[in-house]
Amino acid sequence: MKPNFEQYKDIPGTTIYTIELARKGFQLNEFCMSLRTEENRKRFHADERTYLDEWDMSEEQKQAVLDRDFQRMLDLGGNVYFLSKIFAAEGLSYVQAVSTMTDMTAEEYQAMMLAGGRNVEGWRSKKERGEA
Amino acid sequence: MAKIVAGISTSHVPAVGHAVDSGRTQDDYWKPMFAGYEFSKQWVKDNPADVDIIVYNDHASYFGMDIMPTFAMGIAEKYEICDEGYGPRPIPVVEGHPELSTHLAASLILDDFDMTVLNKLDVDHGLTVPMSLMYGQPDKWPTKVIPLPVNVVMNPQPSGERCLALGKAIRDAVQNFDGDLKVRIWGTGGMSHQIQGARAGLINEPWDTKFLDDLVNDPETLQYKPHLEYMIEAGSEGVELIMWLIMRGALGDKVNEVYRFYHVPASNTAVGHLILTPQD
Repeated sequence: MKPNFEQYKDIPGTTIYTIELARKGFQLNEFCMSLRTEENRKRFHADERTYLDEWDMSEEQKQAVLDRDFQRMLDLGGNVYFLSKIFAAEGLSYVQAVSTMTDMTAEEYQAMMLAGGRNVEGWRSKKERGEA
Repeated sequence: MAKIVAGISTSHVPAVGHAVDSGRTQDDYWKPMFAGYEFSKQWVKDNPADVDIIVYNDHASYFGMDIMPTFAMGIAEKYEICDEGYGPRPIPVVEGHPELSTHLAASLILDDFDMTVLNKLDVDHGLTVPMSLMYGQPDKWPTKVIPLPVNVVMNPQPSGERCLALGKAIRDAVQNFDGDLKVRIWGTGGMSHQIQGARAGLINEPWDTKFLDDLVNDPETLQYKPHLEYMIEAGSEGVELIMWLIMRGALGDKVNEVYRFYHVPASNTAVGHLILTPQD
């Protein structure tokens, strides 16, 4: 069966982590995996730039990490489960980190979740939203 | 002969593990969710089993992208707990069942399911949070465990048809084991949730409810639901629900719905939970 990755591109506000993006983001995600040890977390936090330079990542990927720009990291092949190692190491929850990718503050996002979450109506298609 | 005696499905939200480990299950935020599992904790005590086959996904905790198996099975004596970025959860080591797991992995490969065989595996919240929900905080887990990691992180994930068929093959393989064991199968992950992008926080209760109904009563149709629909309707991470089809396939044609629970939210996620028993 021929893969059809194009079909995922109409979902608004969503980056599907395909095998193609996985290739592009391999070194970024490898860096994230390295933060599974306390020793590496300490080294990273002591000097982020030097630690990142140990990885064969693009400058764009490194800058996105330094900026904690999670959406940019997704665009450059990161996956949220890998990226979670970055925010977990800083004591942030998924709710706190994920909310930074939305147009809400962490408090507004938490309030939305407590009220039942984001309604899918209006969020099914970029075409429907006039975004494509 | 070994027999599958029950199926358990449940979400595996990491924050639920934190709540258990830090003694916050009775906080206002968590109390209603944990209350929904009280029945289940008693039920698994009243209906004990020897082995739990736990279908779950690793969350970049053990598997990086250097090796990404589509279907894998642990055959080890024991599984250590992963450090997911804030130190390992303070829970007992998970003990395996090498005799049954080697039999299952071999049977499945011979049945054309190309399982990756894991003699070493550390397990993350995908497997351990469901155990905490069902078993609480024991000094030692009450059952042996066979981990069955599925790739639901990288697209393409295995199809729904393949997942249901794998469950059916597991049922046959368990029944062909020369040993008197009671076995449960668990499907974990879900329900609707999206933890990335501007659309993060998506929850779709009507869709989740229909999924639960179809999983119980009409898995033969449910298996054909395209992954694109899971992503649109249940969020990019809602595709984890294909793992529940593996559980369902292992329970045979007809099941009894012993228990159902649904709750929003746990962190970014809709929590769903079923206990099913096979009718034959």
